[in-house]
Amino acid sequence: MGYTRRQALKAGGSLGLFSALVALGLVKPGDAWAQAWNKGVFETKSVADALKALGASAPTMTADVIVTAPDIAENGAMVNVAAVSKLPKTQQIAYLIEKNPNTVTAVFDIPPGTLPEVQTRVKMGQTSNVMVLVKADGKYYAAQKEVKVTVGGCGG
Amino acid sequence: MADPMKIRAALQGDVVEVRVLMAHEMETGTRKDASGKVIPAHFIQTVSATHNGNTVFSAHWGPAIAKNPFLQFKFKGGSKGDKVQITWTDNQGDKRTDEATIS
Repeated sequence: MGYTRRQALKAGGSLGLFSALVALGLVKPGDAWAQAWNKGVFETKSVADALKALGASAPTMTADVIVTAPDIAENGAMVNVAAVSKLPKTQQIAYLIEKNPNTVTAVFDIPPGTLPEVQTRVKMGQTSNVMVLVKADGKYYAAQKEVKVTVGGCGG
Repeated sequence: MADPMKIRAALQGDVVEVRVLMAHEMETGTRKDASGKVIPAHFIQTVSATHNGNTVFSAHWGPAIAKNPFLQFKFKGGSKGDKVQITWTDNQGDKRTDEATIS
């Protein structure tokens, strides 16, 4: 079969063919995750919707997920947020910003061998809770921190 | 083609710490220009990092990541002199790959 994955994706378009290809072993699910950007997840407008879209309806609040962000961000256009998970088998880390136009900001995939520690800069429109959602061993955990924003970074 | 990324990969003990600074507008699609027209969204959607052909990290981003995104992550199993490749793709189909040597 001379099908490359790209051609398959292009030709497919339908989920049915795609999952068939996955089943055949032509396409690795891991690759698909790395490629397909999930529009539904990133267009959610509330924490509840975002959790539903990510498949985590009721995450357990835990102290094993550490969110490091400033208490007061002078400039909402650049807020440094770091997340560290102490939970074993952490598979995924997601950033959710409650009061941004779209709640889900980032989803990080942590393969085995990679430490569950990420740091990046986000934009915040206004003072809001920053929630870090961690998927570990198939279960969801979360921790959050409030960041006060004095100048918004989302324009308008 | 966008400007190159700045990538630093440093070995500390058995952990490689990778820091990436990408050059990208990260336009949210909610801002308006002087004439009141909405500036179309233009942001990085996926980022992936590979080491020796294995994906060691991948991320999906929304438009709320800050302009000129900074990213830091750590992985095990790298050694000095190995290459780490980072690739990003944005919502307009633009793409860029850069690599760095672990020091």
